[in-house]
Parts: sequence; structure tokens; C-alpha cells
Amino acid sequence: MASWTIYLSFIGAALLLAVRPRDMRWVRGLALGTALAGLVLGLAAAARYPADPAAPLIVLARARWIPSLGIEYYLAADGISLTLVVLTGIASVAGVLFSWNVERRAAEYFALYLALIGGVYGVFLSFDWFLLFVFYEVAIVPKYFLIAIWGSTRREYGAMKLALYSLVGSALVLVGMLAAYGVSGGQTFNLIELARGGFSSGFQTWAFPVVFVGFAVLAGIWPLHTWAPTGHVAAPTAASMLLAGVVMKLGAYGALRVGMMLFPQGAMVWRPLFAGLGVIGILYGACVALVQRDFKFVIGYSSVSHMGFVLLGLMTLNATGVGGAVMQMFSHGIIAGLLFAVVGRMVYDRMHTRDLADLEGMALNRVLPFAGLTFAVACAASMGVPGFSGFISELLVVIGAWKAFPPLAVLAGVGIVAGAAYTLRVLQKSFFGDHPRAPVEEMGRGQGLTWPERAGAVLLMAATVVVGLYPSLLLDIIMPSLQASWMQAMLKGGQG
Amino acid sequence: MNYGAIAWALAPEAILALTALAVLGMDAALARRWSVPVRWRAAVAAGVAGCLGALVWMAAADPPGRLAGGMLVLDDASRFVCQALAVLTMASLVLSIETALTEHIGEYVALMLLATVGLMLMAGAENMVLVYASLELASLSLYALAAFQRESRHGLEAALKYFLLGGMSSAFLLYGMSALYGLSGEVELSRMAPKLARLGMDPLLIVALASVVVGLGFKVAVVPFHLWAPDVYQAAPLPTAALVASGSKMASFYLLIRFMLEGFPELAGRADWRGWEGGWMPLLGMAAALSIGLGNLVALVQSSVRRLLAYSAIAHAGYALLGVMAGNAEGTAAVVYYLSTYALAVIGAFGVAGIVERNSGGDRLENFAGLWQRSPLLAACLFVFILSLAGLPPLAGFVGKFAVFAAAAGAGGGGLGLIWLIAWALGMSAVSLYYYLQVLKQAYVREAEAGRGSSAAWRVLPATRVVLLGLAVAVVLLGCFPGGVLSWLRAALGS
Repeated sequence: MASWTIYLSFIGAALLLAVRPRDMRWVRGLALGTALAGLVLGLAAAARYPADPAAPLIVLARARWIPSLGIEYYLAADGISLTLVVLTGIASVAGVLFSWNVERRAAEYFALYLALIGGVYGVFLSFDWFLLFVFYEVAIVPKYFLIAIWGSTRREYGAMKLALYSLVGSALVLVGMLAAYGVSGGQTFNLIELARGGFSSGFQTWAFPVVFVGFAVLAGIWPLHTWAPTGHVAAPTAASMLLAGVVMKLGAYGALRVGMMLFPQGAMVWRPLFAGLGVIGILYGACVALVQRDFKFVIGYSSVSHMGFVLLGLMTLNATGVGGAVMQMFSHGIIAGLLFAVVGRMVYDRMHTRDLADLEGMALNRVLPFAGLTFAVACAASMGVPGFSGFISELLVVIGAWKAFPPLAVLAGVGIVAGAAYTLRVLQKSFFGDHPRAPVEEMGRGQGLTWPERAGAVLLMAATVVVGLYPSLLLDIIMPSLQASWMQAMLKGGQG
Repeated sequence: MNYGAIAWALAPEAILALTALAVLGMDAALARRWSVPVRWRAAVAAGVAGCLGALVWMAAADPPGRLAGGMLVLDDASRFVCQALAVLTMASLVLSIETALTEHIGEYVALMLLATVGLMLMAGAENMVLVYASLELASLSLYALAAFQRESRHGLEAALKYFLLGGMSSAFLLYGMSALYGLSGEVELSRMAPKLARLGMDPLLIVALASVVVGLGFKVAVVPFHLWAPDVYQAAPLPTAALVASGSKMASFYLLIRFMLEGFPELAGRADWRGWEGGWMPLLGMAAALSIGLGNLVALVQSSVRRLLAYSAIAHAGYALLGVMAGNAEGTAAVVYYLSTYALAVIGAFGVAGIVERNSGGDRLENFAGLWQRSPLLAACLFVFILSLAGLPPLAGFVGKFAVFAAAAGAGGGGLGLIWLIAWALGMSAVSLYYYLQVLKQAYVREAEAGRGSSAAWRVLPATRVVLLGLAVAVVLLGCFPGGVLSWLRAALGS
């Protein structure tokens, strides 16, 4: 059933384009219905997982697709996929709710939005490398148009930069894929069979960095992260939420599912470098976020910093760190969605400025009390306050890193402190400025939050709190997946 | 020699040639009585009927196989190419109603059909004399087709350039083929191969090989033999440019593959990274690397969409050469698939460009602004064509490119000798997304300019709509369900 998350999204997109309903209620209703259906299907699949601990993979669909190249249409899910499918479901529902005010070319907007979601679900559920890559690329085009048509600051530039970075990453992945096809005899692209077959260590040593970096571009690996802040800032709110929340996870997921699973020995060779880059990303993102004047850029750089934890966690090559990285993918997806929703929709659409110096004089916590609450929760989660999802995931990553590279774990800890610093700064400047320049009653006129905004915010806040208070919900499905035989070669390296 | 059998086997080509004569006669007889638009419709309808007749014949009759002692080889694979050519000609013909560029309608349509006959024979010819004859039939028709807009200075310049450079390339090819005949005493490719193999690296053989590569390199427009392409694509009449970009490229590539794989299998050499050996592989490897680089980089700065398509075509020819360099049936099947899908998309893109040109007076990028407001259908079709050319899944262009690269990666038993070229090609195709998105940015992101009739809808003929929509659907379907066609081609070429 989980494969219907993909089909429904594409059907919804096609319906919107074909019918182009005049009535906005139909457009929004169709988009929301599709997104909700995806969330429900994803939750249902995650709730039933793992049905049988001995079989950590649920096969959803399997058919020959391009037999002459050994390509299969192979959809399957394990706990890691399902965690991210649920994340996609939550983020997509929230994104539709925060897009409620899109009026211009709305049918096209939601069609592209759903097509992007469909591609994302497809990546998380593919176990054939070619199929995964197809879905990965399907997600690029909607991103470009969502930003270029409906975006704000320097939208065409940001959109093109994002598209080109994505495609350069894809080109690297394709080089690795074709090389793997060449040396493995061209029989299959099935990821599990390729992992079982194994590649020579010489091949892994050069193929791993190519494929890993190819995917990691989209995860915002330092120094190839520069598309992320500009893209996030240029994008319309819901697209920023998806970009930071879900699309960056595509990169991290691909790096794990393909790069590390197929080339475990290559990962062993290269991990000091990539773990180091992850830590640089954490610290660099945090430092740059600390000095931004634009509200949205702070959040954009915070994404780079948080994704650094994901990379560090992956490179620990032990179950704690990799599990923590997957948790962090989920957690950051929710938190980034929440932060961008507050900045882009709740504040910017009303105040028409993102300059922190201007916002300081607006006393937003009194003008928009609900937005203030939402932002405070989001900031707490983002800083890793216990009780929110960010705490447990960053903790797991740091513990995992302590086993693998103690000095880097210390630096990552410093990164958490720096994260608290920029988060508190932006929270204070944006919402709790002391000197309102005009009477609060005047600024607050007609500014109440609409019900879709409240609903979306509640959904996201609930997700981060529930997972934060009861992390086993996710850990119980992530950890068994790491025990699968095809993941073990990768995790052997990181025990020391 | 059984002439009856040959006539029977060549019935599709005969149908097209007879249709060409009939169109000429019909237009001459009716020219005085009917108006120009009616004459266009009648002539194109007759031409399309002829193409359909040839298609039906090819679909119904079994391919005749080797004919006349191996002079012609009409097997499954070459029949596939011929069918594709007939489809491409039909599409170009229908697009020519929209442009209505000349009053010499009968001649125009007849020449299109004759060019197609030449291209179809090229796909089947094994004998060098027949190769040359069919190549010239196709080329001469195309030169004349390129020169139809006599009032346009650019059009004439392009036609003259095409003619002069094309003539020179034919001379190279003829010179190479005569030297090959002198060396081997054979005119048939498959019989020539063993005799040439015995010669080893004879200096005259090297000259002959290089001449053949130069001659065919002109026809497929790879660097450094590409100079005619941008002018012809930009200034020739639109349906001519579409046919040159699609049908002519496909048939010439098929000829190139047969020449290399059947005529010089022992002279391949190697173009591996740190493993170069003399032969045609290094020649094609250099041409491919240069075409991919130059085509994509120069396309970045074009402001005319047709010229942009021309430079992108040079790059695409470079990609396709990788499949030739695979040197096996997988590679050939991949190239044929790739070029068919490329041809569908490029004809479609030219078709949209033609409508934009007629309505807004130019084919510059700005002329495409706000296409989504003027005609959502055209914009959607352009979206599909351009993204297929850019090689994004799930469109046909991606699968074709992937199959070509996979064949090149798999060639040589896991040695990955060509991976340097594959990596270069993939890197440059990432660059190419920039200029493809420039076109789509105008079409989808920008608003229509107020001066040019603002958002008024553009009138598009129903026949053009049907053709463009059909092409777009074909591109999508061939991208989503490529398995059957690829397997079939692989089996057809494996024998």
C-alpha cells in the first residue's frame, strides 16, 4: 500500500493540470486530500513495521522494467525508508496548509508541488538504483519552477543555482552508477543484490567518493552547500519547507542507501574526510547563521549546520551514529518546516520584511502571539532541548561520533552550543524586541493567523514533541533495519 | 539476380518515390485553380498518405534480409530505422503547412519525399556504390530544400554553406571509398572487412579510414565538421531544418555505425584512458569529446532558439558517438533508440519554434516569453521536448542517453576504458541544463510582453496540434516504457 503514496501524488498532480479547477477551494482541497492520503498511507505502513524481524524489507512492487539493461521496477521499504516517508507525509500536509494563500497559477503550483512530493516518495521507496535515480531527477524540475515562478528574493538565480547543483550531483551519481554497471557485468541495478555481490576494494575506493559526494551535494555538504541558503531564501514558503525538510534528506538518504551500502570499504577509507566536512558544516553553518541580518538566511544556514550532524552521523559507521543520523533527518525535516513556516508565511507575508533590525521594532510576540509560541517551540527543538526530537537525534550522533572519532565529537558538541547561540539571538531579535516603534494595537490590526496556518503549525509541533518524548516510536523501526544483512558490511567498520 | 524480389523488397521506397511524382503532377495540374493554403493541405495530405502506405507495408511484410548478393541488407534493424524515418518525414510535412513558406508546393513536398527515399536506402545499403548513390539522393534533395526561401539572405547563405561543405564531405567520402576499393578490390562492406584486416596499418588505409570518418562526420555534424549546422538549423526553412536535424542525422549515424562495425572491425583501435591505439576509435573519441564540449558550451550563449538547438544537436551527436564506440550490438541498439527519441523531441521543438516564429516574428528567447499564457498546449509540449533533450527522466531522452552510456561503460568486459568520456559527457550534460532551462524559463516563468499582442492566444492549426501532442506523448511513453523497444532492437541487432 505504501507505494500508493507515489502514485497518488502523481495522480493528484496530473488531475490538477488536466482539470485546472477554477474554484480555489477545489484546488486546495485536492492538494490537501492527496497530501493527507500520503501521510495516512505512510503512517499505516510505519505502524505495521517490522512485521517479521527476520525479514527487514517489505517488498511493495517488483517487475522487470528494462530487461536488456537489467533494470527492475522494484519498490520496497525498510524502517529507514518508512521514517522518511512519514516525514514526507507530515511535511507535505503542512506545506499545503502553509500554501493556502497562493492565488497566482494555483493549479500549476500545487501540481508541481505534488509532483515533487511524488518524486521524493519514490526515492525513499526504490531499491533499484536506476529507479531511485529516476525519482531523484524527477524531483529537480518541480523545484526549479516552484522557486522561479513563485519565489521571492532573486528567485531565478536561486532556482537556477539549485537546479545546476542538483544536476552536477546527479552527474556524479550517474558516473558511479555506470561504472558499477560496467564492472559488475551489467546484470542488475538491484541495490541489495549489488551490495551482496560486492565490489573490489580498489573500485570502491574511487567510486565511493564520487557517489557519496554526488548525493551529498543535495544534503548540503560543506563546501558544496551554497545552493542551500540562496535556494531556501528564494523559494516560496512551502517550497523552502520541502527543500530544507525533505529534499536535503534525499541527498543524505541516497548517500546512505547507495553510497555507503554498496561501497562499505570505500566508506572506511574516506570517512575521516567526510566526517570532517560534516563537522565543518556544523560549525560553519552555525557561525554564519550567527551574523545574518535576514531572518530567512539564519534559518537557511541553520539547515546547513543541522545537516552537518547527519553527515557526521553517517560517517561514524556504527549503529548508534547512523541511527542518530536517520533520526536527525526526521527531526530536522520537521523543525526546518516549522522555522520556514514562521519566517516565510506567518511573519513575512504580514510584515513584508525579513530584516531582523526592522523586526526588532515590531514586538511580534504581542502582534502574533501564536506565531511567537510556534517559533519558540521550533527554536527549542532546533537547539536540542530535551523533550524535543532534536535532542535525542543530536545526542545519538554525538555518542556515535565519540566511538569513532572523539575529537570530532567534541567539536560537534561545540556546534550544539553555537546552535543555541544563533537560535537564541534570532528568537530574541525577531519576536522579543523590546522597543516597539508603534503601538501594538495598530500593527496587529487584521493580522490574525488563519486556521490553515494554525493547523499546520500544530501538526509539526506535535510531531517534534511526540518523537522527542517517545523516540522509540522511530528508533524501533530504524534500528532493526540497520541489522539487515546488507547493512552489516557497512557497520562493521565503526565499532572501534 | 531476381529483379522481382528486389522490386518487392523495395516497395516502401517505391511507394514514396511514386507519391513524390504524384504530388508534383497534382500540384502542377491544380496550381491555377486552388488557393495556396488548399494546395499545401492537399500536397501534404498526399505526402503523409505515401508515408503511411510505406509504413503499413513495412509493418506488414517480413523484412527481406540480404538482397542482390549483399548489396542491400534490409533486416529488422534497418527496417526499424526506415520506419522511424517515415514517421519523422510525416511530422516534418505536417509542420510545413504551418510555415507555408513557398508557393512551389509540389516541388517542396516531392523533395522531402525523395530525401526520405535516399535516407531509407542509406539505412540498408551495404555496397559502397549504393551507399554513395543514396547519400547523394538524400543530400541533393536536402540542399535544394534548404534553399527554398529565396528572399531570405540568411536562408541562401545557409543553403550555400550547406551545399559547399556537404559537397566537400561527399568528396572526402568518395575518395576514401575509392581507396578502400583499390586496397581490397571489394565494394561490399562485409566482404571488404577480412581483406582490409590482412593489410594491417597500411598508410593508404589510414588515409582512407580518415577520409571516410571525415565524410560521415560532416553528415552527422560532429566537431570539427559541424560548421554548417548552426546556420542551416537557424536559417533554412523550418521543416527542412527539422528533417536535417532528425531524419538525416539518424540515417547518417546508422550508416556510420555499419561502416565502422562491418567495414573496419579489425581497425577499431582503442580510446581507453591511458590506453590509446590507432584506429577509428581514437578518431571518434576525439570527435565525441570535442562535440560534447563545444556544442554545450557554445549553446550556453545563444539567444536564437534554433541556433541553440543546433549547438545542442552537435553535443547530442557527440553523446551518440559513445554508443558507436561501444562497438557492439548493445551500443548500436542504444544509438538507434537514442537517435529515434532525440529526433522525436527535436522535431517537436522545431515545430513549437516555428509557431512562435510565425506569431511573434522571431525565434529569440524573448519571443518565447509567456508561452504558457498564449497556448498552454504548446508550452506543455515544449516542456516535454526540451526536458527530453536535456535528458531528464522519465522522458525518452534520458533512457536513450543512459542506454548509450551504459553500452559504453559495459564495453570491453568491465575494463571501464571509456569512463573518462562518459564522465565528461555527464558533466557537460549537467551544464546543458542551463540553456535548456533558459528556454523553459521564458516559456513558463516570464509573462508575455505587452507589446506583442499581450496574452492573446495564438492560433495553431489542428493538424499541428495533433502532431505536436502525438510527439510529446511518444516521448513520454518511450521514456516510461522503454523495455520492449530496447529489447526488440537488441534482439534484431544481435543476429
